[in-house]
Amino acid sequence: MAGIRTAVVGVGQTRHVSARHDVSIAGLVREAAVEALEDAGMDWGDIDAVVIGKAPDMFEGVLMPEMYLADALGAANKPMLRVHTAGSVGGSTAIVAAKLVMAGIHKRVLTVAFEKQSESNATWGLTVGMPFQAPLVAGAGGYFAPLIRAYMARSGAPRHIGHLVAVKDRLAALRNPKAHLHLADIDLKMVEESFLLWDPLRYLDVCPSSDGAMALVIGSEDVADAAPGPAAWIHGTAMRSEPTMFAGRDQINPQAGRDCAADVYAQAGITNPREDFDMAEVYVPFSWYEPMWLENLGFCAEGDGWKLTEAGATAPDGDIPWNPSGGVLSSNPIGASGMIRFGEAAQQVRERAGDYQVELKTGLALGQAYGGGSQFFSMWVVGNQKPE
Amino acid sequence: MTEVLVEKHVLEYPGGYTRSVGPVIGRFLTGLRDGRIEGVRGSDGKVLVPPTEYDPYTAQATGEFVEVGPCGVVTAWTWVAQPRVDKQPLDHPFGWALIRLDGADTSMLHAVAVDGPDALSVGLRVQPRWRTERIGSIRDIEAFVPEGSEPLVIPEPAPDAEPVTGIVTPTRLEYEINAGTAPSKYLLGLAQGKMIGQRAVGSDQVYLPPRGSDPTSGEATEIEVEVADVGTVTTYCVVNVPGLSETSPEIPYVCAQILLDGANTPWFGLIQGLAADEVRMGLRVKAIWADVLVANAASVKWFEPNGEPDAPYESYREYA
Repeated sequence: MAGIRTAVVGVGQTRHVSARHDVSIAGLVREAAVEALEDAGMDWGDIDAVVIGKAPDMFEGVLMPEMYLADALGAANKPMLRVHTAGSVGGSTAIVAAKLVMAGIHKRVLTVAFEKQSESNATWGLTVGMPFQAPLVAGAGGYFAPLIRAYMARSGAPRHIGHLVAVKDRLAALRNPKAHLHLADIDLKMVEESFLLWDPLRYLDVCPSSDGAMALVIGSEDVADAAPGPAAWIHGTAMRSEPTMFAGRDQINPQAGRDCAADVYAQAGITNPREDFDMAEVYVPFSWYEPMWLENLGFCAEGDGWKLTEAGATAPDGDIPWNPSGGVLSSNPIGASGMIRFGEAAQQVRERAGDYQVELKTGLALGQAYGGGSQFFSMWVVGNQKPE
Repeated sequence: MTEVLVEKHVLEYPGGYTRSVGPVIGRFLTGLRDGRIEGVRGSDGKVLVPPTEYDPYTAQATGEFVEVGPCGVVTAWTWVAQPRVDKQPLDHPFGWALIRLDGADTSMLHAVAVDGPDALSVGLRVQPRWRTERIGSIRDIEAFVPEGSEPLVIPEPAPDAEPVTGIVTPTRLEYEINAGTAPSKYLLGLAQGKMIGQRAVGSDQVYLPPRGSDPTSGEATEIEVEVADVGTVTTYCVVNVPGLSETSPEIPYVCAQILLDGANTPWFGLIQGLAADEVRMGLRVKAIWADVLVANAASVKWFEPNGEPDAPYESYREYA
């Protein structure tokens, strides 16, 4: 890991719900930021720079919202910038903030990501009709469902695998007071009987649409050493992208994701992710993306992802828990979802995950996010020990 | 010269965005509805109108409300000689002005209704002209007018009305979308019942629709290649979610990635002519063209089975 040693020293997030009618967008991001500052033992004046991320502006219809949010995030007279990489943006925003510290430019950076999806409709925002095209793809599910079907054909995975993930992540969310969905009665039958939206995806295989925000305070080694709480040390960061459509593209197991994982693992000294990590928080907006990303991230051989899921390896009590927070399937403020993955991984290595804390052995965790047509990837590795 | 196609495009969320405004802006809007203008006092003692939720100097939450106005003074202005219909607050020529209301330390943008630019000046005293129907919007003030030029009517607050917590904000952006050279060739091909893809010199990978370059090499796709209007369903989904566009197909419908014979990228198309639960990967299909062909993907109504045996998985595995 090149540069100055850097750590997450404060984490804050809102309770995620379908509609926060009581706050403005500024009020929403503010809640997460205040909690992160309190966790870090800091006040607005301690922060050197602010980095904001969110998904397309069409979701709220506020163009360049970062400008209007400067007051709410204490950014007056400080550098402030906005990051946008579709659904992976929460992850890449945290990485941009971390790099400002690693590079020695700033010592304390506040980074915030959000979405307030109740202000419009995500299916509209993701698939706006355009001239010359036929309006065939309805929402993200319409885009990803065919890829899931192709994964099932390629891997031979039985049809219930996705439903297992849908149940597992909703059961996990029951231990997370900030999760949007708390489905106390969730079971396989409930998932199997839910409405078939985009065959093979049923309603409960799909993430909700949430209002929420996530914030991190990222500090340099001296700041982290002096912080009141534990630090989540950043052992590696990586981002990759690829075009949505090119001849020979593997849409199911994208090269950009595999390359991104290889890069971040090399930085952090990870050789066997299933053994080297204590847990992972991975962007799984549709249940089937757990087995698909298990393969893409090298937690198993290609074609075997569904077998890990089926065997319970990724459950909170499995050997490699995935998304013990309940994941994107339980809370999805799109622009924030990637940063929630990164922040939840940090909370685990800080042993601050409350009722969904996993047991630490290696002290290392993975945060991952993806976006667009599986074309943007961001990942980081955090640990409870300083990197070499 | 290739004809480059251009079409008008409107980006507009149906019904407008439903914006929650929070307690501070909510109180300001509630005041407007009740015929009252309120600002907040900042950490430096100055009164900000419209109010901000957070102090610009200390970032602390604001909270001390101060009633201001209703009259004020113009601090800067410009003249709109030709207002655009339905896009501006008044349908006749008017001034945009920054108005510092009495008791405020900042200026607020609003319209000023006067006969001409000669009637506007920095220092001009103005008063609000309130609307009769008020909903909790900056437009509850129709415009400002010179002080004393008409009776100043202070509205009565609506009894027992709930505080304003949200507004609907219509947002409409009008574009001209230029399809670009390569897609235009493809679209003009559709108007002739042809599927015209492109490939780069030195590559056998045919892009359909083409975007003008091969993303794997960055090379321009200068060579046109007509591909078949028959192909293989590589994967698909059955859509039960209604589209928000008026031209969306009726649900349920099957949306498939179709690898047309001779192309190396999938084409998104509708599958008809068999029950949704009979559609399968490997199905061989042919395009059903519209009676009237146009330079648009709508020239292909849908794809139907062409009667050939299913393609073996290995023949399209790398595309699915």
